[in-house]
Formats: sequence, C-alpha cells, structure tokens
Amino acid sequence: MKQKQSTMKLLALAAGMLTIGAAQADLTVISFGGTNQKAQVKAFYEPFTKETRIAIVQGEYNGEQAKIKAMVDARNVTWDVVEVESPELARGCEEGVYEKLDYSRIGNKKDFLDSAIRECGFGFFVWSTVLAYNADSLKVAPTSWSDFWDLKKFPGKRGMRKGAKFTLEFALMADGVKPAEVYKVLGTKAGVERAFKKLDQIKPHIQWWEAGAQPPQLLASGDVVMSSAYNGRIAAAQQEGRNLKIVWTGNIYDVEFFALPVGVTQRDAAYKFLATVGKADNQKVYSSEIPYGPTNLKAMAQIPAAVAAELPTAPANAKTAVASNTSFWVEHGEDLEQRFNAWAAR
Amino acid sequence: MSAKAIGEAVSGAPSETATPLKTQLRRAERLKKLKYGALIAPLALFLLLTFLWPIGALLMRSIENPEVPEALPQTLRALAGWDRQALPGEDAYAALVADLTENKGSRTLAVAAKRMNMEEPGFRSLFMNTARKLPLEPGVDAREGLLEIDSQWGELGTWQLIARNGRAYTDYFLLAAVDLYRDGAGNIVQADPSASIFVDIFVRTFWMSLIVTVWCVVLGYPVAYLLATQSSRVSNLLMIFVLLPFWTSILVRVAAWIVLLQQGGLINMGLISLGIIDQPLQLVFNRIGVYIAMVHILLPFMILPLYSVMKGISPTYLRAAVSLGCPPFKSYWKVYFPMTIPGLAAGGLLVFIISMGYYITPALLGSPKEQMASYFVAFYTNETTNWGMAAALSAVLLLATLILYFVYNRLVGSATSGARPR
Amino acid sequence: MSQADPSATIATKAAPHVSFRGTQKTYDGEHLIVSDLNLDIRRGEFLTLLGPSGSGKTTCLMMLAGFETPTAGEIRLGDQVINKVPPHKRNIGMVFQNYALFPHMTVAENLRFPLAVRKLPAAEIDVKVKNVLEMVRLSEFSSRYPQQLSGGQQQRIALARALVFDPELVLMDEPLGALDKQLREHMQLEIKHIHQTLGVTVVFVTHDQGEALTMSDRIAVFDAGIIQQIDSPEALYERPANSFVASFIGENNALHGTVESIDGALCRVRLDCGAEVVARPGNVVGVGARTMLSVRPERAFLVSGSAPSVNLFSGEVKEVIYLGDHVRIRLDLAGSHDFTVKTPISQLDKSLQAGDNVQVAMDPAHISALDAVVESTAM
Repeated sequence: MKQKQSTMKLLALAAGMLTIGAAQADLTVISFGGTNQKAQVKAFYEPFTKETRIAIVQGEYNGEQAKIKAMVDARNVTWDVVEVESPELARGCEEGVYEKLDYSRIGNKKDFLDSAIRECGFGFFVWSTVLAYNADSLKVAPTSWSDFWDLKKFPGKRGMRKGAKFTLEFALMADGVKPAEVYKVLGTKAGVERAFKKLDQIKPHIQWWEAGAQPPQLLASGDVVMSSAYNGRIAAAQQEGRNLKIVWTGNIYDVEFFALPVGVTQRDAAYKFLATVGKADNQKVYSSEIPYGPTNLKAMAQIPAAVAAELPTAPANAKTAVASNTSFWVEHGEDLEQRFNAWAAR
Repeated sequence: MSAKAIGEAVSGAPSETATPLKTQLRRAERLKKLKYGALIAPLALFLLLTFLWPIGALLMRSIENPEVPEALPQTLRALAGWDRQALPGEDAYAALVADLTENKGSRTLAVAAKRMNMEEPGFRSLFMNTARKLPLEPGVDAREGLLEIDSQWGELGTWQLIARNGRAYTDYFLLAAVDLYRDGAGNIVQADPSASIFVDIFVRTFWMSLIVTVWCVVLGYPVAYLLATQSSRVSNLLMIFVLLPFWTSILVRVAAWIVLLQQGGLINMGLISLGIIDQPLQLVFNRIGVYIAMVHILLPFMILPLYSVMKGISPTYLRAAVSLGCPPFKSYWKVYFPMTIPGLAAGGLLVFIISMGYYITPALLGSPKEQMASYFVAFYTNETTNWGMAAALSAVLLLATLILYFVYNRLVGSATSGARPR
Repeated sequence: MSQADPSATIATKAAPHVSFRGTQKTYDGEHLIVSDLNLDIRRGEFLTLLGPSGSGKTTCLMMLAGFETPTAGEIRLGDQVINKVPPHKRNIGMVFQNYALFPHMTVAENLRFPLAVRKLPAAEIDVKVKNVLEMVRLSEFSSRYPQQLSGGQQQRIALARALVFDPELVLMDEPLGALDKQLREHMQLEIKHIHQTLGVTVVFVTHDQGEALTMSDRIAVFDAGIIQQIDSPEALYERPANSFVASFIGENNALHGTVESIDGALCRVRLDCGAEVVARPGNVVGVGARTMLSVRPERAFLVSGSAPSVNLFSGEVKEVIYLGDHVRIRLDLAGSHDFTVKTPISQLDKSLQAGDNVQVAMDPAHISALDAVVESTAM
C-alpha cells in the first residue's frame, strides 16, 4: 500500500484517466494500487460484485487530495469510494470533501475497532511503518530505532521516507523518548529541535525514498542496510524469497479508511460496498492476502495464529507501538513538512 | 510638371474627387484588416481561453484570501477600526462568538481555520475546538467565556492574525514564497532560518538550469555543427540519434538512467571491471545524476535551433574570412560563431526555461538537495492542497523567468542587432 | 591540339604571375574535373575563365585560392609553388558569388577585417578603409550593415574588401551573377576601370560570354576540364580555335562538309549540299576530313548587283525579324535551314520579305573550317 509520492503518482495519473469512462451503473473504487489493491480485489471487490451484480471499476491514486478536492469543487464527482489516509480524512471531513457516513447502512459500530469508526471514513485495515533490515547484510540484528542511528555498530546507508511524518517520531524514539510520549514531546518547540538535531546525526547516511515499493528494493539491492518501511511491503518481499526482517519495536501504526466524496453519484452502491468491506469473512481474506490487520474484531479472532503474528494488531507487535496521532499531523503537518523540506534541502 | 499636376494626371480627375478616393482606400483597408482579424480570432480566443485565462486565474490564487472574511464577517466588522496595539474590545469578542456559533461545523469555518493554521500552527484546533464548545451559556460574558475555553483568546497575536486576514486579498503567500512574513504589527520580516527554504530553492533552480544550459551548449554545439555540415546521408543518421530521446517517454528515460547509473549499474560495473575505480561512484540520487539526465533530455532543444541557424550559414563566409588572411580557427571564432549566436540564444533560452520548470527528473534522480521550484509547486498542489502557496511559487518562478527573459533579450538582442535594420 | 599550347603563345619576357603546370583535379578518382591544365597568367592582366557549368573553371579558381588541392601538378604564384600554402597565407583577394559580406559586421568592420588580421596599426587601417570606400564611392555607408545595402552596393563593398589589403592577385567567382542586367553591365565597366587603375592581376570566372568579352584582356574557354582556347576577346570571336569555342561564344552559323584541299591560309570545302566554300582553315585535320564551317551572322552579307565570285550562295528568306538597330534574316541556304544573316538597319532593303530569293556572300577570312565534333554530337 502507500505508494505515496511522485514515482507512482505519474503512473497513477494515467491509471486515473482510465476510470473516467466508467458506465453509470458501475461503482468506481479508488485505492493505492499494488499488492494492497490485489488483496482488496480478492477480499472485497469480487464478493461485492457476486452479491450485488454491480461491476467495480478499479482505479488507483497516491493519496493526493488535490484531485478529489477539484472534483468536489467542480461538482463532477466520478469517484465513488476512495481509500484515504487518516490525516487527509480528518482534513477532508472538516473541509467538506468527504460525506458524513450513515453507519446504520454499514454495520454495527461495536463490531469494529474504535479507531476505525470516523465521521467521514470507515477504517478497514491497520497498517504499520516498521524498521526493516536485510538479514544478509547485517550480522547482528538491530532491535530498535537507537540501533538504526548507531552508525558504528551497523555501518551502511539507511532508508527513510522523504517527509516529516513518522521520520520525526522515529528520531525522538531513537533519542530515548518513550513511545507513549512521542507526540507530547513533538508538540513542543524544543521537541521539534531535538528531533531534527537527532536526524542531523545520520543525515549524510540517509537514502530517502518516496514510494512504498522502494524500501524492499533498496534493502534487497544492498543500497541500504536498514530502512523504515510499510510492513505489508516487507512481507510481500519475504514471500518472494528476500531475506528481509522486521523489527516491531517502536513501529507506528495507523488505520486506513474508505470515504465517499461529497456529491457521490452511486451512493447506494457505495454503502453496500462499505458493508461488504466490513464483513468479518472478507476482512479475514484480506489479512491473509497482505499482512495488514483487520478492523472487524470478529475477523481478528478468526485469523490463524501464524498469520496474526505478522499483523500490526498482534499484541506482541502492538506492545511498543505508537498510534499515529492524526490530529497532531493535521495541526502541524504543513509547518513541519515545510521545516523538513528546508532541512532536507540544505 | 509639378507633383500635384502629376497626381491629377494620374487620377485623371480634378482634385475634389481625391478625397473620396482616399476614403475608399481606407475603407477597403479596414475591410481587409477586419477579414484578417476574423481569420486569427479563433486562435486568439483559443489562446485566451486555454492559456492566458488559466494563468491569470492561477496567479490570482496566490493573492486570494476569502476564507477568513467569509467565516468571520461580524468579527472583522467589529475589528474594523482596531489599532492592533492592544487587545480589542468587548464587541469583537461578542462578534467572534456569534460568528463561530453560526458557522459551527461548517466547511466555511474549517477552511478558515486551515488558512490561519498555515500562518500559526495550532489555530485549527483553537478555532474548531472553540466552535465545538459554543454557544455559551446564556448570560455568560463573551470575553470571559472565550478565555475560559482557551487562554489563547487573551493573546494579542491571535487577534492580530485574524485582523491581518480580514481582507479578501493577501500578500502572505507571495511573501512566504520568498521566505518573508508579516509579524503581528504587520511589518515584513525575514522568516526563521530553519524554515527558510524558497530563496535557496529559486537560486538553486537558476543555478542548476544554468549549468544544464552550459552543458547543452558545450555538447550540442559540435553536434549541431556536424549535422549542418555533413552530407545529408550522415546528417540524417545523426539527426535520428538526436531525436531518439523524443521517441520514448520521459519516465522511461529517467528509469533507464537509474538502471545505468546506480551503484550496481552498468556504468559502475563497467568502470570497476576495467579497473578504473574500485569503489562504485555515486552517480545517481545526487546532482550528477540529475545533470546527466537533464542534459540528455534537453540536448535536442539546444541542437535543433542551432542546427537550423547553422544550416543557413553558407560555407562561403568561412572561405571569405580565410581568403582575407584569417587563420581557420580564428575565422570560426570571428565569423562563424557570431553568426550562430541567434541559434545559441534561442536554444539556450529554450533549455534554460524548460529546465527551470523541471520536476520529474530531479524528483526521481536527485536527493532532496536537488529539488527545484516545481517540486514544491507540486508538493503544495498535491500533498497539502495549499493552492495559494503553489500559485505564489509559480508566480515567483514566472516572474523570475520573465525578468530573465527580458535581460537575456536585451543582451542577445544587442549582440545580434546587426541582423536587423535599425 | 584543341588546346592551343598556351605556354607557346605567351612566350613573354616577364615571368608569369601565376602558372598552372600539369594541374589535375579529381574528386572521385575516376573523372577528372580539371585535366592537365597548363596556364600562365601575366602580371596585371584581366583573365577570364569562361565555360559552361561543370567545365572546371571554378575548380581552377578554387585551387588557386587554396580551397581545393590539386590532385597532380603544381601551381606557382610568382616563383613560389603554392600547392601546400594554406589559403590564409596566399594573400589573394577574393570576391564571391554572393559577396559573403559578414552580416554581423558593419561595412567598415568588414573592410577592417583583413587589415586587423594582418595586425596593421589602427591609423593605417582607418586610412585604407577610407580610401577604398572612396574608390567604390560608398563612404557614407561605412556604418551600415550589409543587409541594409542594395545588391550593387554589397557587390562594391565585397570588391573593396578583396582589394583593401593590397593583394597583387584578385579572384572573382561569378561576382555579378546575382545582379540585374543593367546593374551588371554597369559593374562590369566599374570593375574594369578599377582593374586598370590599380593594375592588379584579376582572374575572373563567369559563364556569361558577354561579360567575358567586355572585361577581359584574355579569355580562357573551358570545356570538360580542358582549356579549349585562350586568347584575346577579338581573336576568340573572330578566329575560334575549334567548333566548341565557335558555338559557345557568340552566334554561329554552322555549315557541314568535307575538306577538299588546303592551300596555306585558305582551304576548299565541299558542302554536303554540293556547293563549294573557300574558308580559313581552323583546326581541321587535313584533306578529306569532315568539317564544320563557322560563320558569324554579321559576316554574311546580302548582295545585289555586282557580286564577288567566291562564296556566293542563293537562298530563300524564311523570316525577317526587326530588332531596332539591326534586322535578323533567317534563310534556307547552303543546306542549312536556319542560316542567319544580321544586317544593319541602314543597309536593309525595306521590301524584303519571307519567300524572296536573295544572294548571300561571305569573306573567306571570316569562315573558319573547324573540327566536326559539334556535327557528330548534334546528330
């Protein structure tokens, strides 16, 4: 998932074009593409079409809200259901980009994680950004973000996502801030300084990545020895036989949402689709396709132990995890990203 | 015969009829002009609609500021005469409570909160949270009520920020695009060095474009010369190689450069196996990689104008110079080179201006240190949907380009004015 | 044989200014553009290389200028062999077909160029530029750019530029080709006068025979890489050395026949129609050989009353063409269907019209008996 940023953006643009010609009765669902979307097709799209006889037109994008905002502003909404990340959902909800959801048409709120139920978005999986490393190039296994910063013990380049979000959190954890206090510290001016100062230590050794597909490639090619990465991507690379390992300590997890843009044309079908996505059986299929955690509590119980252990929602993995603070990033995102850009460009 | 007599003889009529003749001529010419006008009107209209109007609209975005006036009309009215030196009066607090209560949960308020959050992080929650807690209990004083909800309402800066955004137009984005901002009192001041970025980015954009242009000249000039002077069979073949890059998409070319230049790529492997180096060179994800790919992509834009100018230069000029006693190399420099300046100017300008807008190549082949102005335009457009900022950066880039073009035109224009009658 | 051994005819006291010795040029190794050229150019003369396009005349000029290298043989300038001297060291002025004035320089800058290259003192340069501009009467145009001048003015500046550095030899490659007729004739005289004033040696290439006749001291007629004849304009016109020269230069009536006898300065030729002609032997091989007789239209006269006994023919008038100063009369005469007689208007019988029978006489000295190449190629 998370093919954020430029590389894929261009491909997505072309792909996005393909969705425009959709017939009226079809439902247009836009996701982030890649292995994540493949899992969605199997777990949600196919059962939905079977049940309702409504065809799904697939599309992909990279989370850029500009396109959706433009659609809504122009009152020409061609996308019916859109996969959205948490901070974008929060902003879009307030700014009238996404419709407020009627949960009675989706399912029982109590069946889901609290964090999955939001005013304008229905959370359907939990993903995580983790520390991943190439077990072939590192003799000793790193265990925390402090090791990520330890250039002496683990020489070599590090991969990090080009952006302030999560990068600053990891820096603070590496500097000894407890997971529970990360956002408290980052909320202060001194905390921001501290994070950037920590980043300064390894700045020349960082290889920045933008697309979610990059970290496994960089790790496999030996360009970097450790990288921040989306856990699903690493799992996919493991299945391809790469000797990549995940360190769950200090991972940051978040919920991913489906939302309906304001003025959606296929509202009924869209709600039916959300209901299909919410079903425990379907979410179970999804998690076995790609190791992202389900939001339906019943689904969690049904997943085999071996699969469950690889999910962000597994108790062992969640123990030292940090929940991504959406409101913090909504508030400070612009400011910190600007600061990050200025820092990185220097 | 006097001139007048000739005129009469020619027109074959007394001079009184000359006036209607002139009028007729004018009328005929006006009709002709109208016809020509009608012929180009569709194109002019098309350009206006598809080019000038969107650019104008885009530039307007960089100064438009409708969010706060829409969300807080009463507050702004109450602040109309405020001197911004001390906290405003009770009526401003009351108006704010009324505005927030009215717009509670609306898109208008969220957009205004987002707008103010751009200038002062924390304002979004200040506004959204305050609105959520309104209306006040009946009888509670507006000022005390607000202060109770959040002490920030008792700070001068909060009110200065609201007042500053009270007009439908703002210079905030344009100032921010050159690392400036207005402080509480409305004075323009330099942004904090840790957050200053855009002046450096523009300088970098210029500098990198200049380097790319210089390399394109150095590499493209001899190729254009070969193209222009070789037999048509050879030059056609060469031309295919020059145009080859145009046949593939820019993404494919960039991807190909990554494959070639990366640590384990063809070039590094080749150099290592030849024993020239023993450690792979860092050729990509840094400035070298960006330069290599940009020069490669932009070279045809230099070669083609140069070629067309060189093609028009007869070899006789060089022979003439040599016959006048000038050694061959000096002849090239004194006679041939000055005659190619118009091509060099056109190609240079083309490459430079295209470079200034480059986005994909630095984004994919460079590190954060190579990102140019367009990257940030895309960043603000797509990532943060801060279109005011994107428009402001575009406006600064456009302005810089225009100034440059003007200066350039002056310099090159005077150097080649020989080609035009004065 | 067709090449009228130039070195012999120009057995002059002074050493030649330029001499080609056995010079050859080929581009592809198969065809000679210039084959075995031997040519001496006298100091101070105005020599024109005349010929159809592709005849090798321009190649000769370019070899002399140094832009082409001879494949074999040598070229001497004075007593120096210049085969290996690069063009910029030959000190030869050159005027090009399209003037080749540098468009990015003013007239004055163009004229200063060869002087500045020679590192002359600025003051001297100024004087020379001023003088040469006066010579071509364009002093007031010194700060203009070439594009702002008319064709004739550009031509004069190009000439001035080729002369300003005082070369002893000036080459001109069809310099008047781009001008209209009137201006061309004017410039022909102007160049001729400048040549006479300065006394430089001029080698002039043209394909316009009128131009060659007007300007030259001598003309070398080129064809197929060979000099067919080199002579003064008058000799060339009146006594062409072979049938190519006769038909290339001026108008020519051709009569075909066989040589019956040669007797010193005269020969007898039996025409194919049976008539007998007495002529001046040109390059005919001998008795029994086929020949082409060449007569200029103005050297044939309509006669009435007392007629000479030799070379008198009668023919039928086909057409009378009035040309203001003279009349052209086309005749069916002596086996030729378009025999032309040119008669001054003052000597014309006004009553003459098509269908009339007339008598035409020709002076043997003005009939050249030449080789029959043209006849065979024409057939």
